[in-house]
Amino acid sequence: MTKTRVIEIEPITRVEGHGKVTIHLDDHNNVREARLHVVEFRGFERFICGRPYWEVPVIVQRLCGICPVSHHLTASKAMDMIVGAKKLTPTAEKIRRLMHYGQIMQSHVLHFFHLSSPDLLFGFDSDPESRNVFGVIEKMPELAVQGVMMRKFGQEIIKATAGKKIHGTGAVPGGVNKNLSIAERDVFLRDIGQMKTWALGALDIAKKYTFDNLAAVQAFAVFNSSHLSLVREDGALDLYHGNLRALDAGGNLIFDQVDYRRFNEYLMEEVKPWSYMKFPFIKSRGHIDGWYRVGPLARMNTCGFIDTPEAGKALVEFKNLTRGAPNHMSLAYHWARMIETLHCVENIETLLNDPDLQGTDLMVKGERAGEGIGVIEAPRGTLFHHYKVDANDQVTFCNLIVSTTNNNEAMNRAVKQVAQDHISGKPKITEGMLNHVEVAVRAYDPCLSCATHAIGKMPLAIEMYDADGNLVDRNSQYI
Amino acid sequence: MKKKRISTISLAGCFGCHMSLLDIDERILELVKLVEFDRSPVNDLKRFKARCDIGFIEGGCCNEENVHTLRKFRRNCDVLVAVGQCAVMGGLPVMRNAIMHSKDPLRECLETAYLNSPYVYNPTNDIPNDPALPLILDKVYTCAEVVKMDYQIPGCPPSGDILWQAINALLNGKPSDLPSEVIKFD
Repeated sequence: MTKTRVIEIEPITRVEGHGKVTIHLDDHNNVREARLHVVEFRGFERFICGRPYWEVPVIVQRLCGICPVSHHLTASKAMDMIVGAKKLTPTAEKIRRLMHYGQIMQSHVLHFFHLSSPDLLFGFDSDPESRNVFGVIEKMPELAVQGVMMRKFGQEIIKATAGKKIHGTGAVPGGVNKNLSIAERDVFLRDIGQMKTWALGALDIAKKYTFDNLAAVQAFAVFNSSHLSLVREDGALDLYHGNLRALDAGGNLIFDQVDYRRFNEYLMEEVKPWSYMKFPFIKSRGHIDGWYRVGPLARMNTCGFIDTPEAGKALVEFKNLTRGAPNHMSLAYHWARMIETLHCVENIETLLNDPDLQGTDLMVKGERAGEGIGVIEAPRGTLFHHYKVDANDQVTFCNLIVSTTNNNEAMNRAVKQVAQDHISGKPKITEGMLNHVEVAVRAYDPCLSCATHAIGKMPLAIEMYDADGNLVDRNSQYI
Repeated sequence: MKKKRISTISLAGCFGCHMSLLDIDERILELVKLVEFDRSPVNDLKRFKARCDIGFIEGGCCNEENVHTLRKFRRNCDVLVAVGQCAVMGGLPVMRNAIMHSKDPLRECLETAYLNSPYVYNPTNDIPNDPALPLILDKVYTCAEVVKMDYQIPGCPPSGDILWQAINALLNGKPSDLPSEVIKFD
């Protein structure tokens, strides 16, 4: 019987939410197992039941303060179905899109500048004391200010459309509750040129990083996987609405143009005993091989083209790196993320110049339905909301697959591969080695806050302790 | 003036309060002149390096780890501030403490997520049970139910402006009067 030594990286820092990594070593310091654990519990899918349906878009945001708009809009899309709003008014759809692009912009910028750039700028092994956003402020103040101001722009767009920067209330079942005034619009038009310049600059940084470190990028947490996202009917990237497309590792279609309201026919989630986060898979490929990746990298792989000029050109360059085959490099997520940021800025500019934003026709209604499904491309990937509502307007069923959950298996593979490459067999384990593992997790920009929505698993003999550590209840009926 | 040392943590929260802190935008350049950060999710210090003047707590306590972390903060910070609705009153996670018509809300949350969903593949019907996962508390607790808190900043989340005002008040040792319209859930 060999002993295992377990290293814990806890908490994972510079990600959103609460998680930890355990690395299991044998007698020879070889990595036997490495896992990413999500360690929190909410129970949202149960406690939302009984609430009136129109509360859901506001409540569900509180799963996540980083991408609240994604939950807000996805729940609103599901509730559009409940109130029978088959097609939103042009003003409502465009206001929602503006909110969504502002959100993806701020989230991607936050991840790139505030959370990940210290690794990319200073090195994975650099001094942990200054390997953070404050170090960037100190050493590269101009770049740090750009990040801060780009995020601010995105947050201000959210505030103008949703009423608040975090946990707003702008989208409602069947539409939106306000348009964008000329005065509000003009503030953004004043700065949009600057944003585009900065977005192009950020894209260059990410691209240059990839090419300057190509050998490392092509060797760091690279593994074949399927990729999934929404795409428009013509195959273009569309972050707000579309149909589901999935590719296998070789780039062949697994399915295409699937109406997202049928997602349950194609996807399922597996439960594993060591994480609160479930493991989604494509049913037709089974629970072992059916896992896939989502998010910026997956979207660059699945979409045929991008319809905004600058981001469109950037995508061609991105695809050229792998000669059109799917890109499987975890670190390429950063480049993909900056292409999307540019795409959002270009879309925001187009929308700001659209007079529909000042329209006054905000809401539609139709025949009430009992079931609503909303799907969106959130910053971190495809987000699924599914609800049932009874005749009393109360929610009776809720199931969510949050973006980060889709990447669960991929992140675990990334963690294991990097641990084996950088830690296995080493006599002494340094902070820098462990940070390599975190860099692999960070590439996916996981939102572990979101991923905690439905978790809460305990030992088979369930013991409940109060805050003072006294045992208050024990039952083992779950076995 | 010597820089004040501050630390931040998110317990059972959504990170929205930390995001709101970043909503002070360009004032972050002023902030780094006034304070230095000890452990916080935004840097890589996972344990306290030194005693802190102020600790900011986001979120309440839903598992044993939250309780341990909060107690560590209490021991290591002169002043402890509950930031946002979850830390002050439990916020959204506290909804699991009492579910309408349910005698055993926690069990129902578990069964809904893992055992009863038609969309879950769970052939063994097991619930995750790894020792790496911290034990869940019988209910969600507010910070003040676990340790003594010195101040609270309400809001879901409190805006960047309010946080900036509060931080400056704390640094200068002068209490700040919050306008009544911000003292509410939303």
